[in-house]
Amino acid sequence: MADKVKTAFLLAGGCAGCEMSVVDLNEGLVDALAHLEIVFWAPTVADVKYKDLEDMPDQFIDLAFVDGMIRNSENLHTVKVLRQKSKVLVAFGACATLGGIAAMGDLHTKEELFHQAYKTSFSTDNPDGVYPTPEYLLDGKYNLTIPTFLDNCSTIDQVVDVEYYVGGCPPHPAFVGKLVGAILVGNLPPAGSWLTGGKAVCDICKRNPAITGQERLPVGEIKRTIDGAPDLEKCLLQQGYMCFGPVTQGDCGASCLNVNIPCRGCGGPIPGIKDFGARCVSTLASSMANEDVAAQFIEKYNNMAKMFYRYSHTASKFNHRIAERKEQ
Amino acid sequence: MSFTPNIVGFACQWCTYAGADLAGNLRAKYPPSIKLIKVPCSGRVEPEYVMEAFANGADGVLIGGCHFGDCHYKTGNHKTANRMKILSQLLEDSGFERDRFRLEWISGAEGYRFAEVVEEFTKELQEMGPNPLKGGNGHGR
Repeated sequence: MADKVKTAFLLAGGCAGCEMSVVDLNEGLVDALAHLEIVFWAPTVADVKYKDLEDMPDQFIDLAFVDGMIRNSENLHTVKVLRQKSKVLVAFGACATLGGIAAMGDLHTKEELFHQAYKTSFSTDNPDGVYPTPEYLLDGKYNLTIPTFLDNCSTIDQVVDVEYYVGGCPPHPAFVGKLVGAILVGNLPPAGSWLTGGKAVCDICKRNPAITGQERLPVGEIKRTIDGAPDLEKCLLQQGYMCFGPVTQGDCGASCLNVNIPCRGCGGPIPGIKDFGARCVSTLASSMANEDVAAQFIEKYNNMAKMFYRYSHTASKFNHRIAERKEQ
Repeated sequence: MSFTPNIVGFACQWCTYAGADLAGNLRAKYPPSIKLIKVPCSGRVEPEYVMEAFANGADGVLIGGCHFGDCHYKTGNHKTANRMKILSQLLEDSGFERDRFRLEWISGAEGYRFAEVVEEFTKELQEMGPNPLKGGNGHGR
């Protein structure tokens, strides 16, 4: 037992999809468990409590994975504790590395979010308009608390040091399998790196004009996914469907492209990119024929911030600074 | 004391940078608010640079390129035009004032035009006040 790698999984502000992806390894996971000892996997899989984590000695865990972003005070606390207890911390999946879908909430105020979630959403039945309160005194003597909703989201590396980053929403099970293999044989890049094949989605994509031998032409007409059905063989960008493949890591095996859906960048930025959304603007805009096409794009895709920062809103320094100020 | 904005300027070496040089030779007066960075082409300016400048507290960002048809690399300025049009909208949708960002075509012969643009932009920024992300450059606050 002694030489097994002590492993931990923590779900912060995420949906547990990344953990599903680990479980999707099926038999592969069973084989890996001969070398891994799961010491902590909460709150989803193993029957351990946060308190058990707090009681572990410092640097006890060899390898810790966090999926989900920092959304409330509980995420913030547990991630900090986990950092203290772990030798290597991996930000696992789009939320942990870039902010993920929920980080787009940073474009709204807390009041807007609560109003939508607890009052106006279709499935809500809340006639008294009650909002969750972080503290509540029940029967005058039981002081009940729930985690506080923070003013803005953060990625894991905006709160604690992170050794490795893994993109994807969720990371593709096939890639997770390769990753576990690489970790077990100790084949890891220097700390601070993304764990990735290093290729863009376009490199993997079968539609890439460079592979199919077609000429790449400027895009003259912009389409949304609801406008007709794209040709299954042809590059989506060439057909006018805006796709983030050129700047996104292709560890997913171009899964979305295989089912005729344009890439939206969950895999994280390819090496060398500081700000995913801004680089995406650069790439897409230079494929457009002229300014009228750019205007058409703005018209059709409504909100540029939600378009370009679908998965990476918080990771952008610019956006993060705006979000920090919005509640003031 | 009025606030002196801090403007980051990206100037194409073939036109706007030469235009700024000419403004000096012509003794054209303009406020000392702009810090020019020479780039090979306005098409070299990544939207990332603009956002980085704003995130670090620049009050305004100006990109100067060649007029259409004048680009040394033929289509560099067309690409800039497309990119910056989308970037302006992105800034607005992100909750930032898009007017802090400006794209101008200034040729190497337009020294006075350069001075005029900087003066006008500086005035506009003075009315807008410091960049909310930092609070300006600390002068005159």
